[in-house]
Amino acid sequence: MILIVDNGGANLASVTNALARLGRDAFVSGDPADLDRADRVIVPGVGAAAPAMQRLAATGMDAALVACTKPVLGICLGMQLLFEQSGEGEVACLGILPGRVTRFDGGARVPHMGWSTTTLSDVHPLWNGIADGEWFYYVHSYRADINGHTVAVCDHDAPFAAAVARANFAGVQFHPERSGPAGARLIENFIGWHP
Amino acid sequence: MIARRIIPCLDVRDGRVVKGVRFRDVQDAGDIEELATRYRDEGADELVFYDISASPAGRTADAGWVARAAVLLDIPFCVAGGIRSVDDAERLLHAGADKVSVNSPALAEPALIERLARRFGSQCVVVGIDSIKDGGDYTVRQYTGDAARTRAPGRRTLDWIREVQDRGAGEVVLNCMDQDGVRGGYDIAHLAAARAVCSVPLIASGGAGAREHFREVFSGADVDGALAAGVFHDGTLRIPELKRWLHGEQVTVRC
Repeated sequence: MILIVDNGGANLASVTNALARLGRDAFVSGDPADLDRADRVIVPGVGAAAPAMQRLAATGMDAALVACTKPVLGICLGMQLLFEQSGEGEVACLGILPGRVTRFDGGARVPHMGWSTTTLSDVHPLWNGIADGEWFYYVHSYRADINGHTVAVCDHDAPFAAAVARANFAGVQFHPERSGPAGARLIENFIGWHP
Repeated sequence: MIARRIIPCLDVRDGRVVKGVRFRDVQDAGDIEELATRYRDEGADELVFYDISASPAGRTADAGWVARAAVLLDIPFCVAGGIRSVDDAERLLHAGADKVSVNSPALAEPALIERLARRFGSQCVVVGIDSIKDGGDYTVRQYTGDAARTRAPGRRTLDWIREVQDRGAGEVVLNCMDQDGVRGGYDIAHLAAARAVCSVPLIASGGAGAREHFREVFSGADVDGALAAGVFHDGTLRIPELKRWLHGEQVTVRC
């Protein structure tokens, strides 16, 4: 059973549908007590960092996620929340990964919206069977710097972290639930992941 | 490297996909789920569903078929038609739509764009603009879904594009009405003028009739995506062949 963390985002249905297409049971909850019932956890996210963190803090889900030892996958904003700090509302995030999330600057067209090639920079089980340079669907205006926990990289005017991992935590900036067969494969890999 | 998007648009009336030139001679074009599945499998980058019966009837696109499409689709999709409030948008987004597109209601009440962007984020908020060549300028038209109600609200298209971005639109779909349904090619000059003032993604609409038109609009107007309806529905162009051809023409596409 997969817990989809309710952080107020608008794409909960997309993630639930993607798991249903793979024949996987999932439930949506914002209650940290429900972590006990789950084998693994997805933190989705469409929306802004500050209200999402407020919502997690209101129920104690923030601390529960930091302490979680089950496999956790953050998607889009859910990945950004794994970092220490977001420039989107200047809010402290979960701090599971070092680093900051900042707004695209320079000449990039913002939001970065569409399908972009994604380059692997490390070997990770979530990427089994997925080609280097595969297309994934992105929608975001903030991006995370590349650091030692970066697993894959995307380029939108400048390179940024497309996928990250540390211990039982993983995150992807793109939307696997909206990225066709490659996205489905990544979700399958997450379901089979035993960190 | 980001791909230029190829976006089939499905006009929906009473739960069925229909085709027709600007609401005239509307004919049944098939089942929503069947067509959505076909375009998904053919490699469409995104779909737009436009409920043409919603706005004239004073209601919002039906969340029922949106939810059924959402179960099938593993690509993003946008829903348009009669979205006048945050509640309208929320129902459609919660049913599984990735984005909502507003047009006439945003002209009637521009603050709607801000409210939607604040609640859901700019990435969920598309503003559709119907624009027409008007002397040496381009101006906006409102309520184009109903010929009897269509009016000119007195806005210059380029000013409106600037304003909707300031208000939080995350994407603009520019429908060039002079070309719509004619299949003579996208209106490159019109779209290039829009591009010059548009820093969010810009989607071209109106005029697709041949594969060359897609190359021209990407190279000539630097748009992020190109939307088309009839040319895909009737099989004149098939998306896999179109994309392979564009790839050979040095256009960055996902294929």
